[in-house]
Amino acid sequence: MAPDKTLVTINPVTRSNGLLKVEVEVSGGKVTDARCSGIFFRGFELILQGRDPRDAGYYAERICGICSTAHATAAAMALEDAAKIQVSDNAVLLRNLIFGADFLQNHLRHFFFLGLPDYIDTPEIPPFTPHGAQRASLPRAINDRMMEHYRESFRASQMAHEMTVIFGGKAPHVHGIVPGGASVKPTIDRVTRFGAALEEVHRFIVEKYLPDAMTLGEYYPEDFQLGTGYRNLIAFGLFPKPGHPGIWTFPPGIAKDGMLEEVDQKAIQEDIKHSWFREQPKPENPWEGVTVPDLEKEEGYSWVKAPRYRGMALECGPLARLWVRGDYRRGISTLDRVMARAQDAKKISEHMKEWLEMLHPDAPTYTPFEVPKNAEGIGLTGAMRGPLGHWVRIEGGRIAHYQIVTPSAWNFSPRDGRGVRGPVEEALIGTPVADPANPVEVGRVVRSYDACLACGTHVFEPGRGLTAFQIF
Amino acid sequence: MLTRREFIKLCLSATASLTLSQSLAVEIAKAFAGAKKPPVVWLEACTCTGDILSFANTINPDLGKFIFETIDLLYNNTLMKAQGAQAIEVLENALEKRRGEYILVVEGTVPTRDNGRYNIIGERNGHAWTALEATRRLSEGAQAVIAAGTCAAFGGIYAASPNPSDSRPVHKVVKQPVINVPGCPAHPDWLMGTITHLLFYGRPELDAHHRPKLFFGETIHNLCQRRSYFDNSIFAKYPGDGGCMYQIGCKGPVTHADCPKRLWSGEHVNWPVQANTPCIGCSSPEFTDGLGPFFVPLPATPLPRITTTANRVGGAVAVATALAIGGHLAGTVLTGRLGKGAQTDEDIAGVGAGEATGEDASGKESSDSSGQEARTMEEQFTNITSNVKKALKKRSSVLNSAEIESVPQVPKYPGQKRRRPKFIRPRPLHYWPKDDGTPDKERREARQPNGSSEPSDRGDDDGSR
Ligand code: SF4
Ligand code: SF4
Repeated sequence: MAPDKTLVTINPVTRSNGLLKVEVEVSGGKVTDARCSGIFFRGFELILQGRDPRDAGYYAERICGICSTAHATAAAMALEDAAKIQVSDNAVLLRNLIFGADFLQNHLRHFFFLGLPDYIDTPEIPPFTPHGAQRASLPRAINDRMMEHYRESFRASQMAHEMTVIFGGKAPHVHGIVPGGASVKPTIDRVTRFGAALEEVHRFIVEKYLPDAMTLGEYYPEDFQLGTGYRNLIAFGLFPKPGHPGIWTFPPGIAKDGMLEEVDQKAIQEDIKHSWFREQPKPENPWEGVTVPDLEKEEGYSWVKAPRYRGMALECGPLARLWVRGDYRRGISTLDRVMARAQDAKKISEHMKEWLEMLHPDAPTYTPFEVPKNAEGIGLTGAMRGPLGHWVRIEGGRIAHYQIVTPSAWNFSPRDGRGVRGPVEEALIGTPVADPANPVEVGRVVRSYDACLACGTHVFEPGRGLTAFQIF
Repeated sequence: MLTRREFIKLCLSATASLTLSQSLAVEIAKAFAGAKKPPVVWLEACTCTGDILSFANTINPDLGKFIFETIDLLYNNTLMKAQGAQAIEVLENALEKRRGEYILVVEGTVPTRDNGRYNIIGERNGHAWTALEATRRLSEGAQAVIAAGTCAAFGGIYAASPNPSDSRPVHKVVKQPVINVPGCPAHPDWLMGTITHLLFYGRPELDAHHRPKLFFGETIHNLCQRRSYFDNSIFAKYPGDGGCMYQIGCKGPVTHADCPKRLWSGEHVNWPVQANTPCIGCSSPEFTDGLGPFFVPLPATPLPRITTTANRVGGAVAVATALAIGGHLAGTVLTGRLGKGAQTDEDIAGVGAGEATGEDASGKESSDSSGQEARTMEEQFTNITSNVKKALKKRSSVLNSAEIESVPQVPKYPGQKRRRPKFIRPRPLHYWPKDDGTPDKERREARQPNGSSEPSDRGDDDGSR
């Protein structure tokens, strides 16, 4: 390290889901290098092995409390793919509604709880003390109004969660999304209750959340230059359209070098060069190797693996998804991510109103099916933070292999074998750091990605990568 | 100010209209007006953050009001403004300056492999705090330690076999007594109720698993709105079907919690069985490995005297309840509610005491209890417990094998073969039967060959209302 360089460590990066450590090298007041580390480990895929395939959803949900419905949906889709069944339109709608309500909950909680304290002056009471220098960019009145909205957001996000409960049974970790469909019938009382709550949450989004995000854009224009990163985006399809199998409300796609292209899931690979996992002795046969977490590994610095698309690190999240659909094309930066997320919440709540009207109280919500003895299935869906994939292989009626690639693994991945930085690491380069003792700017860039290391760090088995699924 | 008695009554009387926290809002505000607010440190170890998010669903006071007006939330990874070393400094300060004052809430398991290096919560001055170290050190200085969620209380899902990070529940790594508030996640009322009880009246009364009796005193099965379906053997065939969820794996009979009457979440609107899915027993110490696959029914074994219902057994030993279910089923058959013809009391007593004990779930280990005349309640109880434990153990050992037939075989009731109706068999449903398009009414008749003594209204979806 050159003498004028300082190494700044933020550990933990609070106001993220799960535990995250970020290390940046600061030189001349700017970040010149960065490393993101997921710093806790659970080993979910190993826990899933040998279990009943129908249980996968309820297990996988517990990877992450804030996006549990995403895992429930992907797990259900994977098993349905393996069993070769199609769920009913009513089930599609119900799932979209449960999942959508969780989206609203997530976006509201992200903006107000996780993101906003970086931008406003907060009262001098815990949990806001201690803090670094308060930034007074906002006029007093606006600052106070946002603080007021912060307090109101507790109720709004709780109501969004309550909507998940109406059709999901409980939240977090819903029961209502099951392989084969949804379990709660859309009776009129439930639909009415859901609709009323949706109306209120929608109003909060349109009247408070969205304007607040815009206001930030007004007063922090410098953040449009911050955290631009690779400018390569990936999104999976989100919210299947009822009655149109294979068509999504938010279409999948990859935006790179200004061009849109289709996602080829076979081109997704995972790299473990800098993750705390032992390299495979026989990489050519990933199914046979004995794999172990390896904390002593010299190059290792994270529990997150590095998913790459044809060797490229791609950014994901609401911005990427809206970009692909053409809804948001202002730019790619820290504040753009925040503003796109607000747009996303508005769009999803509008779609939800449509879905609610399409529900049929008497139509079936569940398709009974037999769990296949030997089969393989994939469930790919967009999620709150980007593309989520579940891969399952069933042997003898039990889970023989389970693989989950989460959005946060894309965003917060460490370097890969070729030295390509993860998207967030890249985005941090060039970020100005005014006070190395309190690098707020770094925190803002990282949080704009809606860090969720609970998802990123669940992985256990290196080498048992997606390459093995290329037979599909 | 509420008296403790009133408070407890309030906690127990959870209904949709009168929520625990609603009635407390005023009291809390009064009690802490002008007083120094009690400090709380909320530590996130190996967690999905589900418990803090669940806690955020509390209303009246909502979480905002609670953390701004009632408590000093010194540390919480999700809400605090400070980051990095500054955040860890808060922990060190709490340890030094507010020793003995703060309440420590831990969510998530504590990984212990490699001395806890599988979970770092932060670092300051080059020293990395593992969750293990943080939990241990902070609980030494805490006024009380609360384990929020099943992970923290009992290990839960992250400690499920093969437990890759060697995760342990909080009470296994600290010396201090721990109040367990399980649930995956814990219900906002359970957390709020426990914390408020602690603030106002001290430690709540705990059960054998150190759970507040207020919320975990009864089994789900006892409080369940679909209990009458169970009693009449009207079982759901797949998730989304109406009726009792027992046959598709409901763990309500062995799970202690008040979900059926409290309902989820802050607004009390729904719960898993009302959502037509089985309870998966997420607040049980045995969750998940000890309870087996979620959609496979509990092992059933006949009970010596059918007069012992799940009700009575459930209160004492959780696992024993599973057995009581078998007994209950057998009992239902014997009393003629399911089978043909009425039985006399002598019949029932004779079968119960002499024969039904003989066969346990596996059918092999029958010798240990069949010869004995297990007449007294205690003796019966010992038999029951060991039988069910065997059955559960057998099941969890099957977990890792390729064998799917993990459910113990249907118990035989010697001499009672003739009367055993097919449809109450706790058989392994490793598939959900295809819907053959039979309307509900015909299906109901098909299930009840004699079709006479049954109530006719099945209540399609809203059995729980
Ligand atoms: S108990 Fe459940 S909700 Fe709580 S941390 Fe564990 S998995 Fe998450
Ligand atoms: S649904 Fe579960 S808790 Fe309710 S009666 Fe049936 S077995 Fe008991």
